[in-house]
Amino acid sequence: MFYREAGQFKTTYWADQSVFPILQDRIGLALILFTGFVVLPLTASDFAISVVLVPLLIFALAAIGLNILTGYTGLLSLGTGGFMGVGAFACYKLTTTFPDVNIVIWILVSGLFASGVGILFGLPSLRIKGFYLAVATLAAQFFLDWCFVRVPWLVNYNVSGAIEVPTRTLFGMAITGPNATPQFRYLVILSIVTLLTWFASNLVHGRIGRSWMAVRDMDLAAELIGIKLYRTKLLAFAVSSYYCGVAGALMVFLWYGGAEPAVFGIDQSFFILFMVIIGGLGSLVGSFFGAALIYGLPIFMRSAVAAFGWQILPSTVEHLTFMAVGALIILFLIIEPSGLARLWQVGKQKMRVWPFPY
Amino acid sequence: MSKHVSILAGVILAATVVASALPAAAQESIYVPLFTYRTGPFSGSGTFIAEGMHDYLEMLNQRDGGIGGVKLTIEECETGYDTKKGLECYEQVKNKKPVMVNPWSTGITLPLIPRASVDKIPVLSMAYGLSASAIGDTFPWIFNPPATYWDGLSMILTYIGNKEGGLEKLKGKTLGYIYLDAGFGKEPIPLFEQFAKDYGFTLKLYPVAATEMQNQTSQWLNVRRDRPDYMVLYGWGALNPTAIKEAAKINYPMDKFVSIWWPSEDDARSAGTAAKGFKTLNWHAVGANFPVVQDVKKYVVDKSITQTDKAHLGEVLYNRGIYNSMLIAEAIRNAQKITGKKVVTGEDVRRGLETLDVDQARLKEIGMEGFTDPVKLTCADHNGHFAAFMQEWDGTKWVKISEPIKPMSDKVGPLLTAAAKEYVDKNSGWPKRTEACDKSS
Amino acid sequence: MDLLYKVLIDPFVQMSTAPDLLVQTLWDGLVAGVLYSLIALGFVLIFKASGVFNFAQGIMVVFAALALVGLYDTLRRWGVPPGALAAYLALALTIAVMFGLAFVIERVMLRPLVNQPDIILFMATFGLTYFLIGFGELVFGGDPKVMIADQLGLPRGAVEVKVGTGFFSMQKIDIAAVVIVSLMVAGLSFLFQRTRIGRALRAVADSHKAALSVGISLEQIWVVVWFAAGIVALATGIMWGARSEVSFSLQIIALKALPVLILGGFTSIPGAIIGGLIIGIGEKIGEFYWGPLLGSGIESWLAYVIALVFLLFRPQGLFGEKIIERI
Repeated sequence: MFYREAGQFKTTYWADQSVFPILQDRIGLALILFTGFVVLPLTASDFAISVVLVPLLIFALAAIGLNILTGYTGLLSLGTGGFMGVGAFACYKLTTTFPDVNIVIWILVSGLFASGVGILFGLPSLRIKGFYLAVATLAAQFFLDWCFVRVPWLVNYNVSGAIEVPTRTLFGMAITGPNATPQFRYLVILSIVTLLTWFASNLVHGRIGRSWMAVRDMDLAAELIGIKLYRTKLLAFAVSSYYCGVAGALMVFLWYGGAEPAVFGIDQSFFILFMVIIGGLGSLVGSFFGAALIYGLPIFMRSAVAAFGWQILPSTVEHLTFMAVGALIILFLIIEPSGLARLWQVGKQKMRVWPFPY
Repeated sequence: MSKHVSILAGVILAATVVASALPAAAQESIYVPLFTYRTGPFSGSGTFIAEGMHDYLEMLNQRDGGIGGVKLTIEECETGYDTKKGLECYEQVKNKKPVMVNPWSTGITLPLIPRASVDKIPVLSMAYGLSASAIGDTFPWIFNPPATYWDGLSMILTYIGNKEGGLEKLKGKTLGYIYLDAGFGKEPIPLFEQFAKDYGFTLKLYPVAATEMQNQTSQWLNVRRDRPDYMVLYGWGALNPTAIKEAAKINYPMDKFVSIWWPSEDDARSAGTAAKGFKTLNWHAVGANFPVVQDVKKYVVDKSITQTDKAHLGEVLYNRGIYNSMLIAEAIRNAQKITGKKVVTGEDVRRGLETLDVDQARLKEIGMEGFTDPVKLTCADHNGHFAAFMQEWDGTKWVKISEPIKPMSDKVGPLLTAAAKEYVDKNSGWPKRTEACDKSS
Repeated sequence: MDLLYKVLIDPFVQMSTAPDLLVQTLWDGLVAGVLYSLIALGFVLIFKASGVFNFAQGIMVVFAALALVGLYDTLRRWGVPPGALAAYLALALTIAVMFGLAFVIERVMLRPLVNQPDIILFMATFGLTYFLIGFGELVFGGDPKVMIADQLGLPRGAVEVKVGTGFFSMQKIDIAAVVIVSLMVAGLSFLFQRTRIGRALRAVADSHKAALSVGISLEQIWVVVWFAAGIVALATGIMWGARSEVSFSLQIIALKALPVLILGGFTSIPGAIIGGLIIGIGEKIGEFYWGPLLGSGIESWLAYVIALVFLLFRPQGLFGEKIIERI
């Protein structure tokens, strides 16, 4: 009833091609942004911000990165954790070597280093496809893991062998370190994530995105219509790793506040991949849904148990959470194999004709 | 399909509601959160520790009605040895005014170190975490008694030296070091290298990646080639039993295989009789024949208000959990004494820890006579660098085989100070200690 | 120059001066390789018949081993005398459990997901992994357990052979592992190549739809395949469990099968075996002779690099089916 596009006429090509052609969508987006930037920081508790929202945004960013590679270009990668690590370590080196430059700049720059490494390990993709490529990217994952542990230069020869996040400020307020308020960290992360999502949205809706999707759907055919495979694939690796790198830097500096190399292990790679798949391959909004489901569900279940005051051992809760999450993943896949993003679309479609069935 | 959508929307809505409305109720009790891991790849060790920690505090509640008449609210938070979940636990307990946290993972400890002073929650990382945090002037909120990994290494070397008839006899010998290739295992290397230089022995390193813990054939082949006179082990989880089995496989003499304090009975048992002679450091007794363990049995385990398996009582890691909780309880008691308050806060317990003095008489009072040695911490020294003894696996149980060995403070001390200074240098803006120092009571 | 010497000459000098260690390294590599191929075999079986890349193979290994040890304990508590009888009873029961698991997986997970893209099925096996982790820990507890190797009659001790000045030792359990794996591979190959059910399996692997249209029951085939993978997982669990301990960290070891898979090809049983041997021997030799140059511990990624190098020349693996691309 409310979600109708009747009466909205497009008079220019530009208007017709916009990402959100329907007025209600634009209003919805504005509402979401308003909630994210104004309402949540004012109302949500510290716990909700630092345990739920901050990680969710960071994981969503990493998921967008992987989605560009896997969802849009069709190249399966299991090296996400490694690329996130490159971003984090690059940021640490940069900010300790040049402490005067603002950390936010370094976070954005550190993604470039991840890009470089991504291109390097993306080279085999020119010859290898499918699951074979996935395992080839595992080589990157394990090699990078080994480097993080073995090259003490990366952590400035710290005895702990870990990244120790120094305090840095933005506009005179602490943004990293123990004195940074969750609200401020959240706002910085949200700004970066919004900016990069907007950028990704423009990328995937434009010429580059189309060439990626052509490669995904059938690379031979894409080659025949004049898309240079190596350039397109490597660009996908570069952009994807950039996003992952920034996500990694954000994770260590604005969330963990100190991290051992083990954080960037193979588990992390799988974790992000599952967010992408369950959220919906080839969908930006799906990346957010996926992150919310895979990261948020266990937290929600634990909180629910705590809220109801059930007297169950925390370990039993953990076991049941594992079982329930596993079962829910299978259930979601059975209900909608194309991911949560597809559910979202279907829901919107229903909204359009509501209250009539069709 | 719309049904699914609405279910999904409901789930998300409920998630937001629950997440934003987590309660932080004030209570007339002392809130002690325990970060434990009874799940995940390291649960084999974590379960025992969790049981020991929980049962001792529960026993105080049952027997004495808490500490100083105030009940303890014990709450376990499952970390699964995962840094992510550990931080989640921290955020969860932070608002409920915990008197201290025990992260039980070096990976979780490190991010908590800078936060402790801001959130006013002391961190007790008992014999793990950052060794440099022993320097109380730099880390007023972090405590890691009774010994650091560096102390541990120096004790192992002293023991080996004694066996050889003096440390100078190590000249020309080869020592092998097999370790988990992570912060924990790598920490002792600089000290080890310095010892190698000082005493003229050769040091061979055998790192084991976390993903290869159960696949150590190559490392032990290298050991066979290099023929080290002694092997030192810093392992955790599945690394320990596999190392013991592989050592047995290449016929490495077990009595020359010495470990830091983490291997459990299970680790040694899985290698059967072949593990006989394997040695580890320890600073508390094994077995259930102590009044404290009997009280835990009587008031908690026999009453079935815990899930502890009776067979676990007295095992080395169970007793370590008890020891950890003893530190918590004594710190709280001490804090009550200093401040005169009943319900103490994190700040009070920090002071309580700094002036912690559990002497023989007190140990006797709490039923730990002969269980462990006295502990005394000061403002400057948050570790104590206490002696530990060597224990040997006799095929069925751990047997104490040496007198307490003192760590070589002259070697370890300068390293600790240097490490703490380096930490401050690297973390520009590290707060200077402003917390006043209490007189030891 | 010194570096070149260390890379190019020194390892070979070592090989010739200490032949016992070379033989030992080769043997250990062989055993590791055989055990890797055992895990890879579980993957291949399922991939071949249903196109599913089974992420849950690792946890199935843990689950099977835990079930075996847990059932043995339960039987003992019920009064069955400890020893071979209880052990083999437990083994039989575990096989039944694995069959039940295969049956349930087919019913609940695979059947509703017929004809979905590979990656969705892959994701579903991840859900299965999560479920099995929680279920396994709930039922059997998370603490590590000792594998009942002795009770199962697996030999212990070692055979030692003098080689030159040194010695070369073979663990009896490793010999047993090699024998058991060979038997299993022979059995599986026979099943696949010579029996009716094997023909049906291969038909399903080629095309689900075509197989259905000639009257092959997909459901039945999938249960059989997952059951076979369950048996392979059980064997893997017993062997690795005996080498280390039975605990949830065992699932990490399953990742080792991945380079073996790409090397051998996802669909080839001989490929899994040869790939396992190449990886096993390659990484042990590499770690032992060249590892110290890089500070040791290079094993964690060496296998992947070996596999990657092979892949650059043969993108479908050594024995994989040739990729024919049409537009």
